[in-house]
Amino acid sequence: MSEKKMAIIATKGTLDWAYPPFILASTAAALDYEVQIFFTFYGLQLLRKKLQLKISSLGNPGMPMKMGPVTVPMPVVLQALPGMQAMMTTMMKQKMKAKGVASVEELRDLCMEADVKLIGCQMTVDLFEFSPDEFIDGVEFGGASTFLAFAGDADICLYI
Amino acid sequence: MSDFDKELDARGLNCPLPILRAKKALNDLSGGQVLRILATDPGSVKDFQAFAKQTGNELLESNEAEGEFTFLLKKKA
Repeated sequence: MSEKKMAIIATKGTLDWAYPPFILASTAAALDYEVQIFFTFYGLQLLRKKLQLKISSLGNPGMPMKMGPVTVPMPVVLQALPGMQAMMTTMMKQKMKAKGVASVEELRDLCMEADVKLIGCQMTVDLFEFSPDEFIDGVEFGGASTFLAFAGDADICLYI
Repeated sequence: MSDFDKELDARGLNCPLPILRAKKALNDLSGGQVLRILATDPGSVKDFQAFAKQTGNELLESNEAEGEFTFLLKKKA
């Protein structure tokens, strides 16, 4: 077994940004890394029992849009139209399924099977008044020093 | 075609699923046994090289034919 370690801080709570931490964590675990993810602020949404993650189209000038054969950035004014968030979330999920991309739930399960340690930020839980039973089983709660104790020895440390 | 002990069909799956499924499949094998993996993800070619290098399982073969990739991974002893 390799003794390599990876520490990730997950701060975002949207469908698209749920992927980098779970993909990297599950893959690193498959490569025999010991992995911890610290979920803080909006990142806590990724630990909820029922995921209700959406694509936020607003203010994202990098959102690709197919215009016939070419892909162009979607105009921000279109992104702001009512119903766009729900529509783009549905489209993204369909596209991911069609391309064989795992769901966030599936990747999260794979992380847990592979003993990736998931730590929720206790301060954010208090701040947003979450109830502990809104989160999946197996999550530990801690603070900055909990993360740093592991991250201090990590070979890879990412802030996402 | 070389011999193998177990086959994993990862066709249609995208990154990182072929690697994750391969890791799981290897868990069911003993040291020295060979896993054959079928995939369609073009990224899997480099990914299986990296996987082999990092985990110490040996990549015996990596082939492409008509958009399909075949890998032979030998589980480390």
